[in-house]
Amino acid sequence: MNYTTIINNQTIPVSDIPEISYNEFIDLNTGFLTDSPERHCVNYFGSRVGNQVRLICCIADDNTHQIYVSSCLIKSGDSLDSFTARNFNFEKFEREIHENFGVGYNDHPWLKPVRYAKNRFDQSQTIANYPFFSIESDELHEVGVGPIHAGIIEPGHFRFICNGEQILHLEIQLGYQHRGIEQQFLAKKKLLQRTTVAESIAGDTVVGHTTAFSHVWESLCGFQPSRDIEYARTLALELERMAVHTGDLSAVCTDIAYQLGSSVFGRLRTPIINFMQEWGGNRLSKGLIRPGRNQFPFTPELANRLAEILDIYEPDFLEMNEQLFQLPSALSRFERTGVVSYDDVLSIGTVGMAARMSGLCRDTRQSHPFGLYPELNHEPIIKHHGDVYSRVQIRKAEVKQSMQYIRNLIQHVPEISGNESVFQSPKPNSFTLSLVEGWRGEICHCAITDELGELAYYKVKDPSFHNWLALALAVRNNEISDFPICNKSFNLSYSGHDL
Amino acid sequence: MFDNVKIVYHQGKQFIPDTANAKVPGIFRGRPVISSEKVNEAELVDCCPVDAIATNPVSIDLGKCTFCGECAKRFPNKIRFTTDYKISTNDRNRLIVKEGDEGPIEIDPQMVRNEIRRIFGRSLKLRQVSAGGDNSCEMELNAANNVQFDISRYGIDFVASPRHADGIVITGPITENMAEPLQICYDAIPEPKLIVLVGTDAISGGIHAGNPALDRSFLDKYPIDLYIPGNPAHPLTIVNGLLDLTRKRKI
Ligand code: SF4
Repeated sequence: MNYTTIINNQTIPVSDIPEISYNEFIDLNTGFLTDSPERHCVNYFGSRVGNQVRLICCIADDNTHQIYVSSCLIKSGDSLDSFTARNFNFEKFEREIHENFGVGYNDHPWLKPVRYAKNRFDQSQTIANYPFFSIESDELHEVGVGPIHAGIIEPGHFRFICNGEQILHLEIQLGYQHRGIEQQFLAKKKLLQRTTVAESIAGDTVVGHTTAFSHVWESLCGFQPSRDIEYARTLALELERMAVHTGDLSAVCTDIAYQLGSSVFGRLRTPIINFMQEWGGNRLSKGLIRPGRNQFPFTPELANRLAEILDIYEPDFLEMNEQLFQLPSALSRFERTGVVSYDDVLSIGTVGMAARMSGLCRDTRQSHPFGLYPELNHEPIIKHHGDVYSRVQIRKAEVKQSMQYIRNLIQHVPEISGNESVFQSPKPNSFTLSLVEGWRGEICHCAITDELGELAYYKVKDPSFHNWLALALAVRNNEISDFPICNKSFNLSYSGHDL
Repeated sequence: MFDNVKIVYHQGKQFIPDTANAKVPGIFRGRPVISSEKVNEAELVDCCPVDAIATNPVSIDLGKCTFCGECAKRFPNKIRFTTDYKISTNDRNRLIVKEGDEGPIEIDPQMVRNEIRRIFGRSLKLRQVSAGGDNSCEMELNAANNVQFDISRYGIDFVASPRHADGIVITGPITENMAEPLQICYDAIPEPKLIVLVGTDAISGGIHAGNPALDRSFLDKYPIDLYIPGNPAHPLTIVNGLLDLTRKRKI
C-alpha cells in the first residue's frame, strides 16, 4: 500500500504513513480525486525533517468515512510538477508549500504568496509588493479595496478588474492578519495556552476551532472524552452556527439596504450569544471548550433557559424570514447573483456551505462524524443554484435544523462525569488529524509529535482556505455593486485563513 | 406594509435604556476582586496562560488577562469575577487590579486632554482598524452599534474614511503585515485625534504577546487615550468607556 487509511480523530505512528516517491505521490493523490466528487483534499502540507521537507497529503472520502494519508520527502530547492496542474483542489496548498519552503513548481498556474507568513522562505517578498494580475486595455479599469475596509471588519485586499460596472476578474490578497498561529502552538508549552491560541484562530468560530484542537489533543493523549464533554461541544457548535447565520442574515439585509431585516436579525443574534454568556461567561464562547474537561457543565436549568429562549426566538425568526423571502426587491438582489456552478465548486474543492450551495454535499457532521452527530443522524441541507439566494436559504434552513438538534439534545442532559481528567502525555512520533464541521464548513487540525511526545508540528486549516476562491469566482460578470452582498453571503474568515 | 408594522411591534422594546446600569445576564467575567486569602501563589501565577497575575500583592492585569476564568476556577476563594463591565480606563496602571481592590475602574479625568471633551463631547466619529484581530472584538464593536446597545444614540459613529474620523479604534495584536496600513490610516486622520485600544490583544498582545509575527511599534509612538479590555470587550464596556472618556456624565 502506498498510503494509509485513518478515520477522523485517529492517532497513528508517523512511521505508518508510507513514504513514496514524488511521482507515485502525485499520481496517487490526484488520482484519488479523478471523477470522485465524494473525495477532496482536507489537508496537504510540508514540515521540516532535517534539511528535507516531508509533504503529507490527506484525502477524505465521504462515502467510506475514511481519510487516506500518504507522504513524500523532498528538498527545499526542488522544482516539481504541481498537483494543481492536474486538479485545482491543491492550488492553495501548493502555494503555501512554495511560500513556506521555497519548493518550486514547474507548471503551477498561480504560484503566488498566500499570506506572507513570518516563517516564509523568501523574506525579500513583502505584502506591499504583491504581484497582482492585470490586463492591459484602454477599456478596463481596476478598483482596489482594502486592506482596511469601510466597516468594522478584518483587513484584506480586493483588486477588481472591471469593464464598466461589470467585474471581469477579482483577485483577493490576504495575509494581513497573519499572527503565526501554527508556530504559536509549538512555542507555547502549557495546554491552556495552546487552547487559548486555538480560541483566537477565528473569533466567530471559537467553538469549532477549539473543539478541533481538543480532539487532536485528546486523541494524541489517548483520552476518551466522556459523553457530557462531547455533548457540550455538539450543543455549542450548533449554537454557534445559529448565532452566526442569524447575524449574517442581518448583514445581507444591510447590504441590500433592507433596514427592517438588518435590525431584526441583528437583534435576534443577541439572545443566542447572551445565552453563551449565561452558560460559559463569554458571548463568543471563549473559555467554554477545554481539552479533557467539561469546564462549564450544561445543567438542566440551563436547558430550561435555552428552551425558553428558543421559544421566543423562533416565531420572530420565522416571521422575519417569511417577510424577507416574499419581498420582490430582496429576491431580485439574491437570485442569480454571485453564482458558482457545481463544476466550479467541485474543481476548486470548496467545503461546507460553499459546497452545499451548489449541490455538492460536503458536511463532516455526516461524512466524518464526531461528537454526538452520529446520534443526530444529520442530513446536510443542500441547495443547487450556487447564488446568493442559495446561500441565504442555507442560512435559514440550517438555523431551523440547528434549533431542532438543540431541542433534541436538551431533552436529555447527561450526567456530569465529574472526575478531573488526568492526561497522559501525548504519544511520541505520532500523527493525528481532526475534522470538525464549523458553521462555515470543515475545519481540519493536524499534529505531529516528536520522539519525546512534544508537538513538533501543528497545522490548522480553516474552511475559508478553500472557499475564498469561490467568492472570487462568484463575482465574475456581476456588477461591482453586488460585491458586498456576495461577500456577506459567504462571510469568510480573514484571520482563519491568515493564521 | 401592515406586515412590517406587525414585525416591528413583535420586536418589543429592544434598546437598553440605561447603558451605564444595565445588568448583564449569567456569569459574565468582568472586573475581578481578589481576596486576602492565603493560597499557593506560585501555582496561582502558573495557572494563568498569559502571565497576567503578579504577586506582592497578588494582582491581575486586565490589559493582559484573556478572561479565561481559570484562576477563579482553581482558586475560587481568592479570585472572583464580578459582572461589572465598566472596566475601561485611560490609565494603563488602573487596569491592574490588586488584592483588596473593590472599587470601580474609572477614567482619570486629569489625564484626559482638554480638547477631547470640548470637541468630541457630543459627537465622535471613529475609524476602526483590525490589525490581526480574530474578529471577536470586531463583532462586539458592531454589536455596540446594533439596536440594543445603539451607541449612535450618543453621537458616536464608525465612519468609512479616516478623513472623516476623530480617532482610531484598534483591535488585534498588530501584525507585522498590518503595521504599515495602520500607520497610513492614523496619519490620514486630522488632528486632534484619539487612539482607542479595544480588547486584550490590542492592549498587550494577549496570547500573542512577544510573538515575532507582530509589530507593535506603532503603540510606542503615541499616547493611548483609552483602553477597553476584554476578550472580546463587551459592548457595554465599549459604550461606557467611550462615553466616560469624551463627556461628563450625570451618574
Ligand atoms: S482569567 Fe485572566 S488572570 Fe485569570 S487565569 Fe485567565 S487570563 Fe489569567
